[in-house]
Formats: sequence, C-alpha cells, structure tokens
Amino acid sequence: MSTVFGQVVKRREDPRFITGRGQYTDDVQLPGMLYAAILRSPHAHARIIGIDVEAAKRAPGVVAVYTGRDLAERMGSVPTAWIPPESDLKTPPHRALAVDKVRYVGDGVAMVIADTRYAARDALDLISVQYEVLPAVVNQVEAMENGAPVLHAEAPDNVAFHWQIGNATDEVFAQAEVVVRHTIRQQRLVPNPMEPRASVAQYNPATGELTVWVTSQNPHIHRFVLSGILGIPEHRLRVVATDVGGGFGAKIAVYPDEALVAFAAMDLGRPVKWTEDRREHFLVTTHGRDHVEELELAGTRDGRIQAIRVRAYANMGAYLSTAAPGVPTILFGLIVPGPYTIPYVGVDVYGVFTNTTPTDAYRGAGRPEATYLLERMVDLYAREIRMDPVEVRRRNLIPADEFPYHTPTGLEYDSGNYHLALSRALDMADYDGFRRKQQELRAQGRHVGVGVTTYVEICGLGPSQVAGAVGFQGGLWESSTVRVHPTGKVTVFTGSSPHGQGEETTFAQIVADKLGVLVEDVEVVHGDTARISMGWGTYGSRTTPVAGSALAVALDRVLEKARRIAAHMLEVSAEDVECEDGRFYAKGAKSRSVSFQDVALQAHLAWNLPQGVEPSLEAQAFYDPANFTYSFGTHICMVEVDTDTGDVRIDRYIAVDDCGRVINPMIAEGQVHGGIVQGIGQALWEGAVYDEQGQLVTGTLMDYAMPKARFFPNFETAFTETPSPHNPLGVKGIGETGTIAATPTVVNAVLDALAPFGVREIQMPLTPERVWRSIQEGGQRS
Amino acid sequence: MIPQAFAYRRANSVAEAIAILQEDSGAKLLAGGHSLLPLMKMRLANPGTLVDISGVKELRGIQRVGDEIVIGALTTHADVAKHPLIRTHLPALAEAAARIGDLQVRNRGTIGGNLAHADPSSDLPAVALAYDARLTVMGPAGRDVLAAEDFFLGPMVTALPDGQVISSVAVPVPASNTRSAYVKCPHPASGYAVVGVAATVTVAADGTVEHARIGVTGAADCAYRAYQVEEALVGQTASLEIIRQAAQYAAEDGSIGSDVYASEEYRRHLCCVYTERVLRKVLL
Ligand SMILES: Cc1cc2nc3c(=O)[nH]c(=O)nc-3n(C[C@H](O)[C@H](O)[C@H](O)COP(=O)(O)OP(=O)(O)OC[C@H]3O[C@@H](n4cnc5c(N)ncnc54)[C@H](O)[C@@H]3O)c2cc1C
Repeated sequence: MSTVFGQVVKRREDPRFITGRGQYTDDVQLPGMLYAAILRSPHAHARIIGIDVEAAKRAPGVVAVYTGRDLAERMGSVPTAWIPPESDLKTPPHRALAVDKVRYVGDGVAMVIADTRYAARDALDLISVQYEVLPAVVNQVEAMENGAPVLHAEAPDNVAFHWQIGNATDEVFAQAEVVVRHTIRQQRLVPNPMEPRASVAQYNPATGELTVWVTSQNPHIHRFVLSGILGIPEHRLRVVATDVGGGFGAKIAVYPDEALVAFAAMDLGRPVKWTEDRREHFLVTTHGRDHVEELELAGTRDGRIQAIRVRAYANMGAYLSTAAPGVPTILFGLIVPGPYTIPYVGVDVYGVFTNTTPTDAYRGAGRPEATYLLERMVDLYAREIRMDPVEVRRRNLIPADEFPYHTPTGLEYDSGNYHLALSRALDMADYDGFRRKQQELRAQGRHVGVGVTTYVEICGLGPSQVAGAVGFQGGLWESSTVRVHPTGKVTVFTGSSPHGQGEETTFAQIVADKLGVLVEDVEVVHGDTARISMGWGTYGSRTTPVAGSALAVALDRVLEKARRIAAHMLEVSAEDVECEDGRFYAKGAKSRSVSFQDVALQAHLAWNLPQGVEPSLEAQAFYDPANFTYSFGTHICMVEVDTDTGDVRIDRYIAVDDCGRVINPMIAEGQVHGGIVQGIGQALWEGAVYDEQGQLVTGTLMDYAMPKARFFPNFETAFTETPSPHNPLGVKGIGETGTIAATPTVVNAVLDALAPFGVREIQMPLTPERVWRSIQEGGQRS
Repeated sequence: MIPQAFAYRRANSVAEAIAILQEDSGAKLLAGGHSLLPLMKMRLANPGTLVDISGVKELRGIQRVGDEIVIGALTTHADVAKHPLIRTHLPALAEAAARIGDLQVRNRGTIGGNLAHADPSSDLPAVALAYDARLTVMGPAGRDVLAAEDFFLGPMVTALPDGQVISSVAVPVPASNTRSAYVKCPHPASGYAVVGVAATVTVAADGTVEHARIGVTGAADCAYRAYQVEEALVGQTASLEIIRQAAQYAAEDGSIGSDVYASEEYRRHLCCVYTERVLRKVLL
C-alpha cells in the first residue's frame, strides 16, 4: 500500500480560503435578490402590546414587513431535536418571531424585506413596538427559586428538564475517608466563528422547489427540520452549505431567522438574503457552557477516588435550541467519571429557562464541562490528601489492560493507554524538574504553577441505536459515495459537512491510500443535499471516525469490483489478483498488470465485463458505527502569575493526544492548536456577562476577549496512537480534544501557582482582577 | 452594524474642510476612521456628512522645527512609532503608538484623530500630557494653540471648538537629561489601555528629580496628570522607596471609573502599579 495515510499533506482547501475565493453563503448573489433585516427585542422579558409597522412599510425600498402575528398561522414552531429520556422535558413553542412575549434580548419581533441591506436595516428603526417590560431572570439558580419570573407557562418553575444517572449513594460518601466538596461555575461563552451566520433562499414557484443556502454544519438536518417548520416536502427542498467559516457547534442548530428567510422567499417569490452582523451574532447565535455545579468527591487517604457526584444547573436560555438538551445530559453526564476507575458516579442535572440567549453545543459540548469539574476536583482532592496531583492521577487512571472498559454510567471505552500519554507528557514537560524549580522560584517570591489534565473524550457520535436510546431525534450513521470516473479520477460525496477541519484533504488521503490514486485526482464533495443522498453532519468529533469509515467501506466496495474487472482483464480469477499502488497484478506474475485507470475505463465502456458485473465503478456505503470511540491524552501547562497585577503568563503548553491512527499529522496538530486556544480562551479571557436586566454587557469584540495569537507560547504537541478496534480506519476524533483538556489545565496551573496563598477557587475567566483579588483574600485567610 | 446613510465629501485642504464644517452643522471630520466608523456602525454616532481629510497632504509628516517636534495630525500611529525623530527624542510616544490596537489600526489611525476623539482608554492622551504637547487647531477665525493639559475634559469631550481642525501636535524637544517611557495594561479584547501611564522626568546632575510629568489614561473618565505623584518626586533623590511612595498617589487626580472588566478599586491599584513601573524605568 502507498503511504499517503499518516503523511503531512497541505490542506487543499486553504488556497481558496486565503485568496478570498471560498463560496460562503454571503457570497451567493442571485438576480432580483432582496435582503432581510430582523428587529430584535431590546428587552430580556416583555409583553408585546402592539407593533406599528406602517412607517416601515412605506419606507423607500421596503417590499414587506412581517410580525409574529402575521406568521403565527403560517409557520411552525422551531423544534427541539434532542429529548433525553425520563427527563420530563418541556417543549414550549419557539416562534420564529415572538407573538405575545419576548424572552431574551435579541428575540425576533419583526422582519423587514427590502431591496438593499441598508434599506432593510434603516426600516427597522421605523417600526415602533409597545412593550410591557416584565422582570427578567438571567441566572439559572435564581430562576428556580420561588417567585422568579416565569418564562413559559409550560414550565412554571422554569425547569425545562431534570435528568439523572448513576449509582453513587449517600452511604458511599458517609463512609469515605475523605470527601471534597466544591461549587464551581462554568461561564457562558459566545462561539464567534469567523463567518457569522447567513442564509439565502430561492423559491421556484413553477416547480415548487426551494433552495436554501445556509451556514450549516449539517445541511440534511437543516432540510429535515426546515421542511417541518415551513411545511415544504423534503424532496422539494435543497439545502446548500458549500464553504462554512467555522461553526464550533453554533451552526448545528436550526434558527428562527433561517426559517424566516425561507418563508419570505416563498411568500414573495423572490430570493432573499440575510447575513447576521457581529452584534447579532453575540445576541442570537447560540451560546455555550453556563453551568453551576455542586460537586462532591469521595476518596481514600492514599489517593483512590471512590465516587464523584455532580448536581449541575445548566442555563438553557430562553428556548431549547436544536440539540441543547443533549449537551448537559448525555454528552456531559455519561463522561463524568473520565479516564479514572471511579466505581460510583452520580449526575443530577437541571436544565433551566432564563431570559438569555439560548445555549447549545459549543466545541466539546458537555465533555469540556465534565472534564473541567473532574480535573478541578482531582486537584482539590490531591491538595486535601497532600499528594502530588500527578500521583493521584496515576493511581486512578484506567490501566491499559482493562479495555474495553465499562464505566458506571454505561459507556464502553473502546481502547486506550492512558498511562503512556501521561508519561510522555511528563517527560516532555520535565515535570519533576519543574517542581524543583518551582520551590526555588517561590523562595524568590515568584509564583509559577503547573496544571496537568488527563482526559478522555466521547468521539464519533453514533451509533444510531444509541442515538435513539438517548433521545436524539435523528440517526448518527453516515453516508459516503465513491464515484470513479472513466479516466480513473474520483469524486467522493460525504454526508458529513466539514467547515474548516480539513476533510477535503484527509478524505482524499484515505481515497489515495486505498485506491492508489493521487490525492490530486480526488475531489471531496460535501454540504449539498442535492448532491449527497443523506448525512447527519459534522459535530461531536464524528467526521473521521464515522464518515471516514463510511468512506473506507465504500472504497472497499469499489476496490472489490475493480478487482473483479481486473481479474477478467488479466484472465485470472479474482482471488489471484493483487493490488498495490494503484495497479492490479496477477499473483506470481508481476509483469502482467493493469492500472486502476485501465480498470475504470473498462468499467465504464462495459464492452467486456465479467459475468454478472454491472457497468460503471461507483459504490455507496451507509455506515453505522459499532460504538462511540474515545480519544484521550494528557495536557500540561506552566504559568507564571504576576501577583502585583494578577496577570497570568503562559510559559509552556504541552499536549499529548491519542486520536487513534493519525491520517495527517499537520491537520491533527492544527486541530489541537485551535482547540487549546479555544479552551484557554474560556480559562482566561472569554465570558458572556449579562446584567440584572438581561442586557449582554460583553456584546461586542471590543468587550468580549477572544484569544489572540500573541497571548500564547509555541505549543509542544505529540501523539500516541492507540487505534480504535471497531472502525475500519482505527481512527478516533481530534477536533475537540484541545478545548476539552486546556481549560482545566490552565486553571489548575494558576491555582497551583497560588497555592501558597491558600487560593482554592477563581471564577473563570481568570481575569487579572479576579486573580489579584483571590490573592488579596487568600492572603488574608492564611 | 450598518451605519445610517450619510453624505461623503472629500476635502483637499484644511481650508476646504473648515468651509464644509461651517456650512453643514451635521458634518464630521473623517481621518483614519478607526474610532468614528465603529461608532457609526453601532449607530451611536450618526453624522449626516463625513468630511474625509485623509488626502490633505499638509497634515501629514513629522519634522523638527526649532525646539519642537511637530507631528501632522494625519500622521498614522505606525509612522509615528517608527520615525527616527520620535524614537530618539520622544520614546514614550513611539512606545505608545507602537502598542495601539493591531497593525491595521496603526496603519489607519492618526494622532489627530486619536486626540480629538479623546477616548478615555486611548493611549496617546497620556503621552501628550506627559510631554506637555500643544495642539495647533485651525478654524474659520484662524489658528490657535491648545495645551494638551487643557484639552481632555471628559469621556470623548475635549476643548476643541466645534468646526475646528487639529492640524498638528507639537512637542518641545526634551532636555538631554530627560527620560520618558510609557507602560500599559492592555484590555485583552480591544487592546485599549485599562491603565496606561506615561512619564517624563528630568534628573539633575546631583541625582535630584528636577521635573516630572505623569499622564495617566484608561483609569478615569479622561486622561489626567498625576500631579500628586509629580510633587512627591520633585526635589527628591530617586530611589525605589521614593518611587513606591510617590506611586501611591497615582489615582488621586483622576475620577477613576469602573466597568465589567475592571472595578474602580482594581483600576486604582493598577494606576499605582503601573506608575511605579514606569518610574522605575525612567528613574532607576
Ligand atoms: C480594533 C481597534 C483597536 C484600537 N486600539 C486602540 C488602542 O489600543 N489604543 C488607542 O489609543 N487607540 C486604539 N484604537 C483607536 C485608534 O487609535 C483610532 O485610530 C484613533 O483613536 C482615531 O484616529 P482616526 O484617525 O482613526 O480617527 P477617526 O475615527 O477618523 O476620527 C475620530 C474622531 O476625531 C475627529 N477627528 C479626526 N481627525 C481630526 C482632526 N484632525 N481634527 C479634529 N477632529 C478630528 C473625527 O471627526 C472623529 O470625531 C483602536 C481602534 C480599533 C478599531
């Protein structure tokens, strides 16, 4: 076999991205196109008394104005597509435009359609809405208190769902030698992909076909859901998401505005475009995280963790977004025991409505939350029993010979060598040397610290049976079609929907590796429901393990057929054909061979095919994985804290990740880099802050601090490779590992640096002021 | 983030710009656009007309004129930061200009626009105060000179009369025994100063501080001179102890503010820390 698999191949998609030739949704230009602008509520909670749109209708360039009342009978509610079992989930209606009440700042109130984007925007200022402002609640714990403002009549206590799992009992805690209790808050984050959301819709009244271009991580899910909201049959609806400039989970959901644009295009018979601006992104695109967690860990004095118990309050925002209920439950609760042999686990989650932007998946989705609380608790436990935190981890990591390993939460970890990743990372970091140096520096009044995270991640979301069991209202298999053209060039159609991750390259490598063709001779097509039969999209670190596996299966089918045709051409039996580097040989007679291209041509000419073989060379696979697959690794960070100002400087960051077999080390490393940056963003800088009235006070990029390249040192990364035993490529996921591991790594490093001050907790993001205050307060206490 | 409709006019000279401002009361000058346009996109500023002065050549460039360095109002932050005259004589200004925003901002933003806009978190006002800069302004009645010290009145409020144009900023060339520096705590999102402190000090041959000017930005509703720090230094022989004592007064002359990123208490603390840091640079 050739060696394309595992090689660095430059990302083939990059030249078009960096020369401005991508085809993003906002690049779509259609004749006669109109533009939508959406009037958004300035109040977090208010009754709509009346809306006057007359002046807006008369404004120059305005074609139509719609309010919630106009649409109530004509459009369905925006649904929730994840209903965790036994959670008593409430699904109050989510109207595309609010009808009686607005429930967060940004809730849609009216839509203007005009000739230009400017005219549409200007007309918004001419709409007058009479509101009766109601008290608002933004904090999920307060929202559950008696007398809190109620968002939806369907949920009088504001509890959207209550979900529990586990086997940890009070008795386990009562008998434990050591119990550590702690409460933490994981703040709210704004995803901020470079490309804001956008949507263009075009309706053809002659055929009844609607085409929707939309910034989506899963165009088939968009089609499925939009067809329901709009009442348009699925076979007349085409959803296209060619190039998507990042999503981080925020482009999974199907949003009201996307449905509104489609509705307007159908209603007016003209194409309509809407592009979110950055301010709208902050207000209406789903946010991530926002948990309050009450935590208990039980262990022995010699460092064995016996139980972990979590009560989490997840802020769902004003409505339940598409996948939202699955994030703080299934994707969070099941992985709470992490990479450790913890026999007892208890997870109890309340999903709560508040007058804030809806939350949903955000890179890692649930798994970072679980990893953060676990790693924080492990460090606090280590401190309590006066043991080095690395030693505690060593004593609890699942040993390599215990895989497949069954967790008390019902997961089966497929494969792993957690100790290996840990020892590699410790070597790279010279952990013991650092600990010695730390003592010396402390004596000089300098405060350096180290954080170590060992993590495991649920990747490769599937199989579908599990999707059903956990209440995901869709399948989690993936499709792939491999079409070999007469010249032997290959087009691959994948049901996944890459939006920056680089699968146009890695999938071409998989093809090149299997068929022995050149990477340049492979085209990877994604993001168009008219070209791809079906797919469930890109999220949950599933694209390579699930869609990549679908591709591998389809390639095997192509290869099998090609082998039969080659055998016929070589006049030997199929068993006597060997395949190497794109040529088929007669066994034992290397001089007799035909190329893959020769076979492709014969397959299409079909002048002389073997008995029972159909013309053409194309195969499709629908692959449903056997299980999730579990990436893991160890991250280590070293920081120095300036105790005068509270500034944190990251000195070193070491990541050893294991995502099974690595297809393209450069791309894998790039994913790790981006993930780390995003994870540290949560630890140190990012945070969506609401005031008491429900106004988002960090609502622009001038207030909300995104990580910048200059904030970081060079990352030191390495991989160990423990293949997944149950998928044909032996691959796992790498898209989210960095985000999952980095947040606790950095926070634990800072807390380690400040241990002499007795600091146990600093609320994320660890802004200089918070760090400085913790030193002042900690200093007073000790 | 789409501004209201506005008219656009290009002025080819200062006189022309003044004339347009005279005839159109809704007009506003546009230099680099990096403060004005963001406000317009948020519809926090809605000028009816923009008068683009970016093509007025007479407003660009840096020269030495007698005992002063004169910087044209349209000189960009990037040009200020790298100019040999500035780097040699006004290192605090070079340092401050080099740390504004990012490369794009420094390539577009201008010194005149920065001072005229008077964002309380801008870097340059602190430096202008510390160097005792003079702003030359031109209006229908002719030329006038305003001291930086009298210029910053509040958040985005200055002594610049309506309809007038800053044409240049003049800074007296400091004596050879004067040292200056600028230190800054940048906001992680915007890059603006949470606190920025500029200092110029002149030390006599016997080691006593003859003269000190400290400008503080970011912390208060507008940039201010830290008079009490200056007083605590002048006449003293510089030492770490003296610096520490003097720096304690760093927040006393401003009306210190608070926001979601940094409380008043923390900002006051940062004023002291950064004042100490800048004084250590110039005095030790
Ligand atoms: C992302 C970003 C980050 C930034 N970070 C920083 C930072 O860290 N530190 C910092 O100090 N600044 C920062 N800035 C602001 C930047 O320095 C601006 O360029 C500067 O404040 C304004 O200069 P301008 O030439 O762009 O002015 P404009 O935006 O064109 O004008 C600003 C105001 O000044 C008026 N004006 C302009 N020129 C004159 C003149 N000659 N006479 C009279 N009035 C005039 C205009 O009418 C307008 O009211 C940042 C800006 C951005 C967008």
